[in-house]
Amino acid sequence: MNLTLKIWRQPNGSATGEMVTYPITDVSEDMSFLEMLDVLNERLTAEGEEPVAFDSDCREGICGMCGLMINGVAHGPEVTTTCQLHMRSFSDGDVVTIEPWRASGFPVLRDLAVDRSAFDRIIDAGGYVSVNTGAAPDAHATPVPKENAERAFDAATCISCGACVAACPNGSASLFLGAKITHLAELPQGQAERHTRVLNMVHQHDLEGFGGCTNIGECTAVCPKEIPQDVIATLNKDMRHALWNRV
Amino acid sequence: MAVTGLVFIGYVLLHMYGNLWAFSGQEAFDDYAHHLRELLTPMLPYGGLLWILRVVLLASLVGHAAAAFALWSRAAKARDRRYAVKKVVTATLSSRTMRWGGVALLAFVIFHILHLTTHTINPGGDPESPYLRLVGSFQVWWVAVIYLLAMLALGMHIRHGAFSMLQTLGLTDNRRRYRVAHAVGLVLAIVVAGGFALVPLGVLLGIVTT
Repeated sequence: MNLTLKIWRQPNGSATGEMVTYPITDVSEDMSFLEMLDVLNERLTAEGEEPVAFDSDCREGICGMCGLMINGVAHGPEVTTTCQLHMRSFSDGDVVTIEPWRASGFPVLRDLAVDRSAFDRIIDAGGYVSVNTGAAPDAHATPVPKENAERAFDAATCISCGACVAACPNGSASLFLGAKITHLAELPQGQAERHTRVLNMVHQHDLEGFGGCTNIGECTAVCPKEIPQDVIATLNKDMRHALWNRV
Repeated sequence: MAVTGLVFIGYVLLHMYGNLWAFSGQEAFDDYAHHLRELLTPMLPYGGLLWILRVVLLASLVGHAAAAFALWSRAAKARDRRYAVKKVVTATLSSRTMRWGGVALLAFVIFHILHLTTHTINPGGDPESPYLRLVGSFQVWWVAVIYLLAMLALGMHIRHGAFSMLQTLGLTDNRRRYRVAHAVGLVLAIVVAGGFALVPLGVLLGIVTT
């Protein structure tokens, strides 16, 4: 198939970028979206142009490194990561607009690559359990009810890709925060630091310049791991308990 | 945002209930309006409870608007550069019109107070009886249209607002409760906006008359 790509080009973080149009021909429907960009980059390199910078790592949909705004939807038209999106989701003659995540907390480094270290700093602020885990204990040493274990597991599938922020009209990272908070709040090991965790992580989230949640739900709709919006309610509940506990 | 929103939901439910007395005729409606001012008298002066309510509502309005503008300005700062193409995947029309819808509702509330509380705007004449004032006003077609449009805006605001309130208070922390909260928003929106709309519709259809 033949496509017209409109790609955001920006040589570095301080430069003003622009959309540049690239026609691309003979795209196989079996290619992944990133392979299609690889083909474009090979051509640009051969023509002596700068290739388009974008992030990727595992290309298996599990690392959270890739992430592009494709035709106005984070990770494109399928509910998956950009690397697991295939060209069969597009048709011959389509115009495909490709932009980086747009958020003050995710500054553009170059072209489509953004700096997501804000998420690392939010995790540093409390997204962990301060115990020496040592060797794996017996599985039945600390019983966890099935529902709690499953909810913790679902929340723990978050790969920190940042699609929630990219899709949110408020530029909020509440789904990411909610996933991390819920993951630990549902497990016995997470209880000791439960209140300080939510206070510190939300504080760091706000410092990084992310917006406030208005429960619109665009985050959940684009999340490649389909993290449900109710994790944000757990975040809010923990925040309420933590604030009341401080009174 | 959530707490002040809850105050408003409680208030519009009571207000809507009171308005439905219009279907029982002039005497019942005017008696209800009079009794509102006599509530808790003589422990409170005449109209005392209404003034307490007005103070609570005004404080809630200030808090609600302040929270809304704080969120609005944070959102503008959090995305300093807009997308060239941005699609809506799932968000309801109600959730996407909370801000401008809220501004529209504020404009309506000001109009409504100037119309039926302070009697500054008198489209249907200025009779002493609250019932006659109400019926006279809604017999003017554009007044009825303004009120019906405002109730559509209120219904949409409540549909997302009530759900969002439950979510913000952290009461929807599993999938079942999350679905219940969405249903609560929808039912409250229909009951409140529908209940309010019955009165101008009743006047237009000639069911509520002088």
